[in-house]
Amino acid sequence: MADLSIDFCGIKSPNPFWLASAPPTDKAYNVVRAFEAGWGGVVWKTLGEDPPAVNVSSRYSALHGKNREVIGFNNIELITDRSLEINLREITAVKKAWPDRALIVSMMLPCEEAPWRELLPLVEATGADGIELNFGCPHGMPERGMGAAVGQQPDLIESVTRWCKTYSRLPVIVKLTPNITDVRAPARAALAGGADAVSLINTINSITHLDLDRMVAFPAVGGASTHGGYCGTAVKPIALNMVAEIARDPVTRGLPISGIGGIGNWRDAAEFIALGAGSVQVCTAAMLHGFRIVEEMKDGLSRWMDSKGYENIAAFSRKAVPNTTDWKYLDMNYQVIAHIDQDKCIACGRCHVACEDTSHQAVARIVDGNARRYEVIDQECVGCNLCEITCPVEGCITMVPQQTGKPYMNWTQDPRNPRAEAVGALEVAAVK
Amino acid sequence: MIESLHHLPPAGGAHGALSERFSDLAPALTARQAAIESDRCLYCYDAPCTRACPTGIDVASFIRNIHDGNVDGAAVTILKQNIFGGACARVCPTEILCEDACVRNDDAEGQPVKIGLLQRHAIDNAHFAGHPFQRAPSTGRTIAVVGAGPAGLSCAHRLAMLGHDVVVFEAREKAGGLNEYGIAKYKLPGDFAQREVEFLLSIGGIDVQYGSVLGVNLHLQDLHARYDAVFLGLGLGASRRLGLTGEDAPGFAAAIDYIATLRQAGDLAALPVPRRAIVIGAGNTAVDMAVQIGRLGADEVTLVYRRGYEAMSATGHEIEIAQTNGVRIRTWAAPHEVLLDDAGRVRGMRFERTQLTDGRLAGTGEYLDIAADGVFKAIGQHMDEAALLDPLARELERAGDKIHVDAQFRTKLPGVYAGGDCVAPGQDLTVQAVQHGKLAAHAIHNDILSKAEA
Repeated sequence: MADLSIDFCGIKSPNPFWLASAPPTDKAYNVVRAFEAGWGGVVWKTLGEDPPAVNVSSRYSALHGKNREVIGFNNIELITDRSLEINLREITAVKKAWPDRALIVSMMLPCEEAPWRELLPLVEATGADGIELNFGCPHGMPERGMGAAVGQQPDLIESVTRWCKTYSRLPVIVKLTPNITDVRAPARAALAGGADAVSLINTINSITHLDLDRMVAFPAVGGASTHGGYCGTAVKPIALNMVAEIARDPVTRGLPISGIGGIGNWRDAAEFIALGAGSVQVCTAAMLHGFRIVEEMKDGLSRWMDSKGYENIAAFSRKAVPNTTDWKYLDMNYQVIAHIDQDKCIACGRCHVACEDTSHQAVARIVDGNARRYEVIDQECVGCNLCEITCPVEGCITMVPQQTGKPYMNWTQDPRNPRAEAVGALEVAAVK
Repeated sequence: MIESLHHLPPAGGAHGALSERFSDLAPALTARQAAIESDRCLYCYDAPCTRACPTGIDVASFIRNIHDGNVDGAAVTILKQNIFGGACARVCPTEILCEDACVRNDDAEGQPVKIGLLQRHAIDNAHFAGHPFQRAPSTGRTIAVVGAGPAGLSCAHRLAMLGHDVVVFEAREKAGGLNEYGIAKYKLPGDFAQREVEFLLSIGGIDVQYGSVLGVNLHLQDLHARYDAVFLGLGLGASRRLGLTGEDAPGFAAAIDYIATLRQAGDLAALPVPRRAIVIGAGNTAVDMAVQIGRLGADEVTLVYRRGYEAMSATGHEIEIAQTNGVRIRTWAAPHEVLLDDAGRVRGMRFERTQLTDGRLAGTGEYLDIAADGVFKAIGQHMDEAALLDPLARELERAGDKIHVDAQFRTKLPGVYAGGDCVAPGQDLTVQAVQHGKLAAHAIHNDILSKAEA
């Protein structure tokens, strides 16, 4: 069996599955249930200054699919609404009872040195394995100058990170907000401040849907609403990209990343790890299904690793990073063409109308009495994948690589690029 | 109409208890089930279900409307092609039409989308402030429609929409045709057929005159003279005869007569019910008859057909309904003799075993007696010839025993159109009749307009 244990910037964990800082890690009762269920670690829900935050009623909303599956999840809950004293006491007790699990404490304080200097030693005294700086919470807290308000200003990130490294010996993980133009900037700032790792993504500013009778968004607090933070399956593609951006950035390359965002099963986790994550954090999936899901996640990941011959997490970590590049380095001579397996085709016509209306008119509809047949016109097909995506039958349409006989040639080398030489020169300059 | 059965004992028991046996054959979908089922539709392009629908309902579109929570929109999508969308959702043999064509039959799921049930969901749950279709400005023309069945009313509704006034002449006391009188009670339970007619007539401009019987107190030549056009939706009112002695004996009845009586019965418990029943025939009416007489309390019900299962016109789904309702099916047996007791009442039937010899059905000389105190024939209907005896009606060109029409449902007589079961094209299905009426209405409209322009 594959070894799932990890050492993430000095934090040891029996498996890479951690619960993210959120309602599931709000108190000892939940965290103990999580550890009993088999989670490798938890990031305790964000601690702040006393008096604790006060929450409103009606806090979550979701984007549902047609079968009531939750596609995306939105919340307007603030950081912990329990006192510092209770949280610290519970963290101490839980860590003592579960020494083999990772216990990281999420923190959010004003951007002043004093409160950090005061609180950090108290957190360290609990025996916790590390701290995570909540620079990502997008709702409520930024209005008070914290959370995402910090995460959107690299200089503040760097300062706070440095204070944490100054007043604590614990590993510092900086949690980044996706509500920013280029996630590499805050990651570089965290690194500059001495961060041991970054974690991302926090939630994305969102309004899921409206009550069109009352003309108010969800979750409605009385007759009004406010934007929340979006998470769940829908945000996974955004999170994967941001993880990859940091993993392949020459400045932050090698900085440990705890991947977060829409991870609901072992495959999601494997994808994050392959794109550069050293651990993964889960919240929405657990909130929808309970802590027991970690069992299937561990089992699935372990069996997949066995089938691929990966003995441990490090064996495939970052393996997809070198294959993630800039558009300009893609091979202009590579060509795929759609192929429809007529034995599998059920003649629904979706590929045809999609290509005909919105793409390249490359799927012909052949009418033979009451029968219909759909065929790819090879010379019109640009290999966009749309037909394969819209086809309801798995494996019916495949994108077949063509033998062009041409060598690798990227856009910087392409004679059709009027600025080919200039781009090439820039690249040389960048490498230098 | 079923005086020949009055010597038989009544079904007995309580009407209420019997009624429960005639409640919905297939329960409606719940809103949740409809949401899940509508999600299975692949929204095909050039969808085969729509091509398979005789009325051309845009199935993919109405299902997507259900899917998007727009049930009223779904209902209008259905009704604009088929104003009898509610009845058709219940009585259409979807298993040989839209659901047979569904591409989901061919994919990994191997199950069609439940189009019929989704259509019913849309129609049953739509809420319109008024009639959903507007009438065009009045043309000042008035069209006569004979027969208030699906063909006639579909034609009348479309004509009203196009701006014409319509007078519908109906022989019976109620409109609806086979929906009211001829379909099994558990397929159109309660007063569904009447509510649907009321909805249809609410477009306005349609006057229905009951008790108007063509060939008795109504004649084609008069209609032709008085109205701008005439549509004949006569249906097939007369049962075919077996041609056997004893066919009119007590205990012998036509299935359509019994079903009509059953559908109109205020007290099911008072209906005469044989202890042992034979139904002769293999169409959907035969199945409707066999199943209903069983549900009314007959101990034994045997459906007898002179050919094999594969030749039955009842669909596989219908035959399954018969079997799950305890109907015994005997194939390869042709009616030979009605067996009578000393009082001259039916005591059974003698059938001759049959086989195919060189592709032709032939008797084997072997006989089979089945005891029964009630025999119902469901071997098909034909037009009531008395309806078409006036001098003008005699000029109608015939196609076999039906009325000949062209692709626009014009008869040979200018200004006279016909559709539904009384004409040759297509199958004798409600949905087919609705389409005939609709197309005939457009033909009438176009012919009147082009004549006016000329």
